[in-house]
Amino acid sequence: MRFIDPHIHMSARTTDDYERMAAAGIVAIVEPAFWLGQPRTQVGSYIDYMSSLVGWERFRAAQFGIRHYCTIGLNSKEANNEALAEQVLEVLPRYLMKEGVVAVGEIGYDDQTPVEDKYYRAQLSLAREFDMLVQVHTPHRDKKSGTTRSMDVAIEMGMDPGRVVIDHNNEETVQEVLDRGFWAAFTIYPHTKMGNERMVEIARKYGSDHIFIDSSADWGVSDPLAVPKTARLMLERGITAGDVEAICYGNALKAFGQSGQMKEEHWLDPAPVDQRMLFEGNSVLRGQAPRVGEPPAVARHSDATVFK
Amino acid sequence: MSGMSPAQALEQWLVARLPGEAAAWLKDSAQRLRGSDGDKNLYMSVSLVPRKIGKADLALSAAELGQATAARPGWDPREWSLDQAARVYLLLAAGSDGATFSRRLDQLCATADVGELVAFYRGLPLYPDQRRHVLRAAEGVRTNMKAVFQAVAHRNPYPSEQLAEPAWNQMVLKALFIGASLDPIVGLDRRANPALARMLCDYAHERWAAGRPVSPELWRCVGPHARGDMLADLGRVLEKGTGPERAAAALALSSSPDPAASGLLWAYPELSVAVSDHKISWQAIANPA
Repeated sequence: MRFIDPHIHMSARTTDDYERMAAAGIVAIVEPAFWLGQPRTQVGSYIDYMSSLVGWERFRAAQFGIRHYCTIGLNSKEANNEALAEQVLEVLPRYLMKEGVVAVGEIGYDDQTPVEDKYYRAQLSLAREFDMLVQVHTPHRDKKSGTTRSMDVAIEMGMDPGRVVIDHNNEETVQEVLDRGFWAAFTIYPHTKMGNERMVEIARKYGSDHIFIDSSADWGVSDPLAVPKTARLMLERGITAGDVEAICYGNALKAFGQSGQMKEEHWLDPAPVDQRMLFEGNSVLRGQAPRVGEPPAVARHSDATVFK
Repeated sequence: MSGMSPAQALEQWLVARLPGEAAAWLKDSAQRLRGSDGDKNLYMSVSLVPRKIGKADLALSAAELGQATAARPGWDPREWSLDQAARVYLLLAAGSDGATFSRRLDQLCATADVGELVAFYRGLPLYPDQRRHVLRAAEGVRTNMKAVFQAVAHRNPYPSEQLAEPAWNQMVLKALFIGASLDPIVGLDRRANPALARMLCDYAHERWAAGRPVSPELWRCVGPHARGDMLADLGRVLEKGTGPERAAAALALSSSPDPAASGLLWAYPELSVAVSDHKISWQAIANPA
């Protein structure tokens, strides 16, 4: 079984993680632009960060046979620094059309301040202007009403719900998100938000339509193998293989694939020019093995422990 | 056809290969850039190239490669792709004096994705006011992304024309460090120098000490300046090396003006004969079957 982790902050992770992810069957990831754990003070550090998302990190992932996509946006926490936010908004258009940018994101609310609202709306306008998808970070505090508000404003600004991913859902928010036609993403965190046991029950109750999961792994305690581990648990608990495949791979591809930037052939059958320039992974369909070094023993070990 | 500029050559090759809609977009974009001095148009159209034009190989014919050399001596776009050609074409269409060009190039590189970086660095030999881009080229050599490094170092006449000796030597050594071949480096033999030969021999000793393999290509830049201990290193490779390493050492010794080098080589008659009969070449050593 192949997996996509449609929300993971690889800039904060090590090469051990990349090796274990590849070994566990993760073929593609989406890295949303977000904050670094402490607020940036200069637009220049924002520029360098976004350049690394479309440059270095994309290259780094490719060395492990993983396809890297990203979303570009001003996150809700840093939107509260208005002087910085203005400058970031000015440079965002330079990045939205880069290769591998699948959406404007992750944007939305944190404290639900008026300034957050202003820049959430401004970026929804950008998404409309550039005909892009949107990836919404829903607030951790006051989640239920914050999620409702995120969707209200997206619709008010003219977004088609089918082109908006609402992330970090839980049992309280999922029904409304699905009813309104948005994509419902769930973050599987080891100790907070959704645990993978809870996710199994959600899959049992809601099925797989418009639902997918991610790790949101970052610089905090988090698990870059959350998607394959949850897939294993789902299968063990009797969720059908078709539903598991949709929740852990197919639906993320359907949602972000609407951008035209993310295609299954990128990992199943990479173009020769990409393989020469960037991508070191296996070409599954052609059965080639261009990988330079063997994955280390630890990766094979984790492969066995995570997913058979 | 003669007398084409690089920009004209790029346009002709692209238009011949692109479907009507993509070709029209490219020509319109170039026309807009010629008429305006706003940077924003340039940034947007350069970013849009892969979406409009795709990333297939440019795949030039022998005749077209001849046009490239005629338009700009040393220019070798045989490995270019359509998007790279189109991006460089748009940069050239926007024109401008060296200072403005260089400022825009800095801006573009600051927010570039990997594909853009490769294109911008491959275009180096075509930009106005060549000397202005030396720091840009050095920045490209400093990258950790192999494809970007190779965009500067491989099939690109710019480094051999513009880089001072220390920067040149760093580029050659770095190619070996990251596992990039030396053979596609333009001017490799012409710019061989004693300091580089010493650096390379030191590097070989480091690798031997660590029990790691040494690229046979390394000896190519050692041979012409091999003296004393360096000759002893080549002798060691001749004696103990793998097949490709011994072939490389023999070729390197044959390029040394030192009479002692000939003496070393004659001790291995088969290799001596293979060298004088041109049965061994650096191209073959760089591209083992």
